[in-house]
Amino acid sequence: METNVLKKVDIIFDITDCDYLKILDRCMSKTQDEVILDIIDSGLKGRGGAGFPTGLKWKFTKNEDSDVKYVICNADEGEPGTFKDREILDRVPEKVFTGMAICGYAIGAKEGYIYLRGEYNFLKKNLQAKIDLFNKQTIEKNFDFTIFLRSGSGAYICGEESALFESMEGFRGEPRNKPPYPTIAGYNWKPTVINNVETLVYVSMICNLGPDKFKELGTKDSRGSKVFSVSGDTPNAGIYEIELGMPLEQFVDAFGDGDTKAVQVGGASGHCVPRKNFNDTIIGFEGIPTGGSMMIFNSSRSMYNVLHDYLEFFTEESCGQCTPCRVGCQQLLKGIEAVKKGDRKPSYLEELKKLALTMKSAAKCGLGQSVANPFNSIIDNFREEIIY
Amino acid sequence: MSSTALLIKDLVEKHGKNRNSLMPILQGIVQEERYLSEDAMINVAKELDLSTADVYGTASFYTFLDTVPRGKNIIRICKTISCHMKGKDEIIETVENMLKVKVGETSHDRNFTLLTANCLGWCHQGPVMLINDDIYPDLNPGKATSILEEYMKAH
Ligand SMILES: Cc1cc2nc3c(=O)[nH]c(=O)nc-3n(C[C@H](O)[C@H](O)[C@H](O)COP(=O)(O)O)c2cc1C
Ligand code: SF4
Ligand code: FES
Repeated sequence: METNVLKKVDIIFDITDCDYLKILDRCMSKTQDEVILDIIDSGLKGRGGAGFPTGLKWKFTKNEDSDVKYVICNADEGEPGTFKDREILDRVPEKVFTGMAICGYAIGAKEGYIYLRGEYNFLKKNLQAKIDLFNKQTIEKNFDFTIFLRSGSGAYICGEESALFESMEGFRGEPRNKPPYPTIAGYNWKPTVINNVETLVYVSMICNLGPDKFKELGTKDSRGSKVFSVSGDTPNAGIYEIELGMPLEQFVDAFGDGDTKAVQVGGASGHCVPRKNFNDTIIGFEGIPTGGSMMIFNSSRSMYNVLHDYLEFFTEESCGQCTPCRVGCQQLLKGIEAVKKGDRKPSYLEELKKLALTMKSAAKCGLGQSVANPFNSIIDNFREEIIY
Repeated sequence: MSSTALLIKDLVEKHGKNRNSLMPILQGIVQEERYLSEDAMINVAKELDLSTADVYGTASFYTFLDTVPRGKNIIRICKTISCHMKGKDEIIETVENMLKVKVGETSHDRNFTLLTANCLGWCHQGPVMLINDDIYPDLNPGKATSILEEYMKAH
């Protein structure tokens, strides 16, 4: 397998040679299809967690026959351990707007929305002022694309794309059945591209420097770099842009405190990797993909507490719409509590793991489907800590 | 017309008379009044030509759209894992002692409501709390105390 050494890069926050109006001009001198081909060619995959190829998403949406289409920037950033989108929107918002405008041009959308989580309301004033300026500048270019800012109200599930549309339409943030996918029926049931904040920044970077520059970074399956949010037991908590495809071992060498027991890759809904697997775990789409959350635990931490915290999180944030997730989350939580107290035999954990797998196949959306990731990986690797 | 009714009228005018404006309108009311009263929800329903149950249905889904009275200042302390590891329990205890309330309660003078929240997006600088829309990272009990004292002085 192709692997990289850990390499820090500086693309996302770098603002040298980044005249966003020129980037827009350059894009608009190309045809829509050429722009989409550049994005496909770059190999860019979504940075929000699911990792769908961005160029293909755009192509599907462009191919839909509709007068009204939308671009949505997903800034709901609620995954525990993730804080990079806030930093991006605070420091380089114009790059995000540019990515949205490029998308608008490529798919034929006239409106773009940023859905910002309510917890980031303090960013709104500044962001709105910058959006107003950007909108004025696109009008001056005779480019018909307007960006609007919308807010969430404290619901993690609204980061799920179809729940986000429901929320923007004034409904409870309950995920929809899929298909239809957003490329066909998204916001207001019109063809919609929804991308993560970071994805949109890479779009403007690819249009600025060309797809080849982006392709130089990363591996065959994981092109480019990615912004990681590092927290937990580390002397270097913070935000780092790193080339994709590195072994976790190197990450731990660079960020751990010398006593790292486990890393939770991808937030509460991600996987827990124990020390013995650091060496053969690749951070990227060929290994463990991540929206960027890296939580480091040292040997002083109880993995029971960690799992308990995650399960409380899911129990609270489940939208409650489907039974496997609504009841499943509660039962997993009660289940590990019962095993800990001795009310249930340790073998009950096997039943609980089966329940988590049932949720993976029967839950309606990614929230319920991914609870098995932390649950089974923590139970498998830290069984003693859960029982005793 | 009551002040709430006037506020709603303004918000409807600003955001438009359609369902897509429901969230911004409800958020605008909460911004001013800290919660959605029954009157407010009935009024919004009338203005947007929706059923009141529909408006309540949406409002009750969202943590930040409270439907019970809240204090003038809402404190939300992050309780998720990274902040847990960095000592959120001490912060909660400090604030509880200062305000003489437990999590979920509102102080007698109605100046403060104390709540916990899931990850606020500052995990590298935990523990952290939001007071209304303002964020306070890198907390320790002493720092939390002086921040709250400032808010208390302001009232
Ligand atoms: C429960 C849940 C929460 C999600 N939260 C976010 C989020 O906060 N930000 C985000 O970009 N994507 C989030 N997603 C993924 C989105 O549904 C969607 O895949 C993503 O915005 C697509 O953008 P991308 O292709 O650029 O990654 C979430 C998914 C689920 C199931
Ligand atoms: S899986 Fe959970 S969050 Fe998703 S729709 Fe079902 S209940 Fe709601
Ligand atoms: S865990 Fe507290 S801000 Fe993320």
